[in-house]
Amino acid sequence: MSKIVEMTGDTKPVAIPEKQPLILGNQTFKSVTDKISGIVEGKTPKEWYLAFAVAFFGLLLLLGSIGFLVWDGVGIWGLNNPVGWGWAIVNFVFWVGIGHAGTLISAILFLFRQKWRTSINRFAEAMTIFAVICALLFPGIHIGRIWLLYYFFPVPNQMGVWPNFRSPLLWDFFAVGTYFTVSLLFWYTGMIPDLATFRDRAKTRIRKIIFGIMSLGWRGGNRQWQHYELAYLVLAGLSTPLVLSVHSVVSTDFATSLVPGWHSTIFPPYFVSGAIFSGFAMVMTLAIIARRFYGLEHFITHQHLDKMAKVMLLTGSIVGYSYATEFFIAWYSGSEYESFTFINRAFGPYAWAYWIMITCNVVVPQFFWSGKLRNNIAFLFVASILVNVGMWFERFVIVVTSLSRDYLPSSWDYYSPTLWDIMTFIGSFGLFFTFFLLFLRFLPMISMSEIKGILPQANPHHKDSHE
Amino acid sequence: MSSTRTDSKLFGLLVEFETPAALLKAAEKVRDAGYKKFDCHSPFPIHGMDQAMGMKRSNLGYLIAIFTIIGAAAGLGLQYWVHSIEYPHIISGKPLFAWQAYIVVMFAMFVLFGAGAAVFGMLHINRLPRLHHPVFFSDRFSKVTTDGFFISLEAADPQFDLQKTEAFLREIGGAYIERLEEK
Repeated sequence: MSKIVEMTGDTKPVAIPEKQPLILGNQTFKSVTDKISGIVEGKTPKEWYLAFAVAFFGLLLLLGSIGFLVWDGVGIWGLNNPVGWGWAIVNFVFWVGIGHAGTLISAILFLFRQKWRTSINRFAEAMTIFAVICALLFPGIHIGRIWLLYYFFPVPNQMGVWPNFRSPLLWDFFAVGTYFTVSLLFWYTGMIPDLATFRDRAKTRIRKIIFGIMSLGWRGGNRQWQHYELAYLVLAGLSTPLVLSVHSVVSTDFATSLVPGWHSTIFPPYFVSGAIFSGFAMVMTLAIIARRFYGLEHFITHQHLDKMAKVMLLTGSIVGYSYATEFFIAWYSGSEYESFTFINRAFGPYAWAYWIMITCNVVVPQFFWSGKLRNNIAFLFVASILVNVGMWFERFVIVVTSLSRDYLPSSWDYYSPTLWDIMTFIGSFGLFFTFFLLFLRFLPMISMSEIKGILPQANPHHKDSHE
Repeated sequence: MSSTRTDSKLFGLLVEFETPAALLKAAEKVRDAGYKKFDCHSPFPIHGMDQAMGMKRSNLGYLIAIFTIIGAAAGLGLQYWVHSIEYPHIISGKPLFAWQAYIVVMFAMFVLFGAGAAVFGMLHINRLPRLHHPVFFSDRFSKVTTDGFFISLEAADPQFDLQKTEAFLREIGGAYIERLEEK
């Protein structure tokens, strides 16, 4: 207060508008621990088993599809001569995109001191890791002979051959691989103090041993916190350019090629904003389910959902603007191939996919201008799912429409997926939700130590103001 | 607990405070009294505690900086070696040493090494993992990750004197004091 008085040169204290608290329900440190730990320590809910059974069935579907793929080859997919990148690459970009929100929330919002991130960062990070696992799966199986995957790696081999570092596909390997590793480190580092909480509350010997090892002997001493906080800050600082670079690199897979509709300098920012857009939509979907099911309304409040909706409005608008710019450039470039590609996208054989994309990605987020709708949970839930449907179709439109009709009309062909494509895609959701449900059941889904840090009584000067 | 055992040696004192503010004030007093070997335990980092304890800045940043540079250099070295020495092929008319194209992998390695150094460097400086520590012998201490605020003061501190230090800790507001033993 004294600082403000000095600055204004006035003895009257400056009125600062009362901010809505981020965490509701007059939480104490103990109630935060009890609530979040209780989810993991309590009995497994019946609904969890049901959800897990469905997810696990999806996982089995995926494993079966991959098994047959390895047995029979990529011919079981709907790939044809012009369209060599089918659903596998669509799904890869889709999942990597979803995987962007976690690190964005953890890193960029951390650097911007956005305290509301603490309620959602943990499970957004978990979502990132599982989404990136799903993403990495697809290029891996897309090569068909998966036992030759090591051709990707810069390792000495019997052929004396090395990968081409001037190719964006190898950049992609490094970018996504690094992203996965760093996200995992970030997630785990953030979880250490919470795992120590689990250790200290453990009743059974087995839990004591498991969480004792996982928490690495964390003692919560300030001599530890000091380095810990610096490490966390640096991780955030390193992840911020990383998260922006990963989808930029993914976009160069397209942008450095000569295919009309791909060869465009707008791709990196366009892809990154789309990734954040879809990632936030996925966080929203999962957050709405989790807060309802586990009764976390005090932790993930309307305020949090409102802010996420605003991020989606911003990024969704950038995506919409990018679509418009692509169209404009297609015309302005004077390239007949470019112009044709875009007219073909909107009015050609894949027009249905294009208009689904426009509806979900351009029209839906515009409803977030309304504060009333941003407060309507049912609307947010439906909208967040629609956004992810739209973002899947965006990748479908980019990959398939450009490839199916490029330069030579004699080599055009219509692409449609087979049952195996569909089963593999559904199966990847099984993989994602299997991991995610295990995470909800066994690990702290909300960061307890960070939530406590933003409670008003955590501030050592909290009491002083009343004295 | 096992004070009857003769082989146990005093590690130090554990003292509990009620609130983050009380812990911060106590830390200042312990610092001003000249103690060096003590730590303040809390469920979350407390703002201003580094100064209150009279701690220096963390050196971790330098370590991370060194590793990021090593990472970027390793990335450049790998690509240079592969394309200029081990497997020199001209692909799509690009020069053998196409440094512009190497930046992406260099950047990825820069971040990878930096993140690794941040996490493993932090663990190393904090001497973790260490699953066995005298503070864990206190049953009361298990509160520390929920809502407990503690100072642990080591007997190894040159200023340490059991009676005097205990009286001092009581004087600065320690509600609960426990002797910690090494086992």
